[in-house]
Amino acid sequence: MNTRIGTIFAQEFRLARRNLWVGLATGILGLFAVVLGVFGAGQGAALDADALTLTAASLATLSVYLIPLIALLMSYDSFAGEIERGALALTLASPVRRWEIFVGKFAAQSLAVGVAILLAFGAAGAFLALSFGTGSEGIAAWMRLMATAFVLGSVFVGFGLMLSAMAGRTATAAASAVGLWLVLVVIYDLALLGSVMAASDGIFASQVFPWLVVANPADAFRLFNLALIETAPVAGIDGLASTLPFPPTVALAVLGLWLSAVLALGIRRTKRIVP
Amino acid sequence: MTQSILDIRNVSLSFGPLKALDGVTLAVSPGERLALLGHNGAGKSTLFKAILGFLAPGEGTITVAGHRPGSDAARIAMSYLPEVVSFPQSLTGREVLAYFSGLRGASRSEINGLLDRVGLADAAERRVRTYSKGMRQRLGLAQALIGAPRLLLLDEPTSGLDPVSRHDFYTVIAEAAARGCAVLLSSHGLEEVQGQTDRVAILSRGRLRASGTLAELAAAAALRTTIRVTAKQGHADRLQADLGGRRVNGCRLDIDCAPDAKLGLLLQLGHHRDVLHEIDVFAPGLNDIYRHFSDHEGDQA
Ligand SMILES: Nc1ncnc2c1ncn2[C@@H]1O[C@H](COP(=O)(O)OP(=O)(O)OP(=O)(O)O)[C@@H](O)[C@H]1O
Ligand SMILES: [Mg+2]
Repeated sequence: MNTRIGTIFAQEFRLARRNLWVGLATGILGLFAVVLGVFGAGQGAALDADALTLTAASLATLSVYLIPLIALLMSYDSFAGEIERGALALTLASPVRRWEIFVGKFAAQSLAVGVAILLAFGAAGAFLALSFGTGSEGIAAWMRLMATAFVLGSVFVGFGLMLSAMAGRTATAAASAVGLWLVLVVIYDLALLGSVMAASDGIFASQVFPWLVVANPADAFRLFNLALIETAPVAGIDGLASTLPFPPTVALAVLGLWLSAVLALGIRRTKRIVP
Repeated sequence: MTQSILDIRNVSLSFGPLKALDGVTLAVSPGERLALLGHNGAGKSTLFKAILGFLAPGEGTITVAGHRPGSDAARIAMSYLPEVVSFPQSLTGREVLAYFSGLRGASRSEINGLLDRVGLADAAERRVRTYSKGMRQRLGLAQALIGAPRLLLLDEPTSGLDPVSRHDFYTVIAEAAARGCAVLLSSHGLEEVQGQTDRVAILSRGRLRASGTLAELAAAAALRTTIRVTAKQGHADRLQADLGGRRVNGCRLDIDCAPDAKLGLLLQLGHHRDVLHEIDVFAPGLNDIYRHFSDHEGDQA
């Protein structure tokens, strides 16, 4: 890592810590994980599955909402705020390259989300495993959840930074971040569910629909986690997880593609900023 | 001939129909301090942004130490203090400097010296949130001095500073210039930069109206001195018949004259000692010189 990226990275990470983002995100994620775990453990006996596996499934469904939100909140102001305050002009006046700024910010904020996930889910997982017992299947499901949640967070940090660079103003960046979250996390699924009900032929439901679902990074994250948990309770769009026409690793590939796409687009937008 | 660090040739830059810069030509040599004066919206900040490579001129060329604005070499050679800047509130002064030092690839060991030089050594470990406006401005200056740049671009660096801080500010700038650093700074008034810079350039509506030392500008402006004579009741008419000038009211007369004709006129007034009540002499001030050059645009617009 060159010193300029390292410098940007260190400053951004320090800011994420000082501004209490890491602490806040850890608290929220940890709280939800423990509550879901304790709640799920009650039902676990009836379903004959261990608490960690069950919680991983329900936490995957919840994380789809929370993690993109946290990642967008952390990143949406990053460029826009600095442009408004005049701070970015100073950074750009130094011999730093624009892609280095983007990469430094991206790495630091992704790491901040990742640290929150590791601390929160790690502690909650350990607590659940010790309280209710678990097996290798449970541990594997939990590990997969943590790793993919980190990737999901990175994708949305990339989205947030890209929107921030594009908008150039805090208010616009905030609005577009909220819009993106609503579209990808809420509206997309509803629209797809609506269309699969409206479509009469089975081809759409069995061949096209699954690909459309997995094309969304948030859904890809959820599908990947649920598809690998046999005892996962299924409802709505998640029912798809047990009848996928492709291997679950496709969902991982989709996340990887989105990650590279937002990085490439974000760097392009950063190059166009006029401070 | 000394090689200039900053060379601006015939630069024009428009925002849509608005010509923010119109054929500006300007050069700054090593060790020289140049003040760029201009009214609000004259194009000062726009010129800085063009020098930094943030805005591309429609016409003309700019070189910084022989390099294109925005190139690595140009950015290494210069540093910048924008007119409005706020550093991250939750960082300490030292952390802010460490950040820019890292970006410029400078040695961290110079940070202490810089903090000392701008008088922030005691506040170095405090969060920027707790800094006063003057302290932030000084932190901005320290940031600009990192890595011993060859060209300092300071956009209204002393606006909002008290006279003592302003003086200290210019002392630091003079030290940098003494080391061979070229300084281009913008300001709103001649008084402020009087004695603090080697040359002055006046920008108005995007055009460069004048540039030179203060003495040169004063000579070029050749502004007339005004002598205001107040005569005793009933004698103003006779005075005007004798000396010319404009009547202001019943007993007051304004006489304009070239600076070198002033003494003769005053001697002449001596003959009318018995009817004089008072004499005021208004020599053209810095403000008048500035207005003289800035006002030209009025008749051309
Ligand atoms: N991004 C922009 N888009 C459109 N017009 C602009 C932009 N930036 C500056 N201008 C216009 O260009 C002109 C010059 O602006 P500039 O900021 O350079 O003035 P200035 O001399 O720095 O003034 P001040 O003393 O108020 O800082 C102004 O009329 C301003 O409205
Ligand atoms: Mg300005």
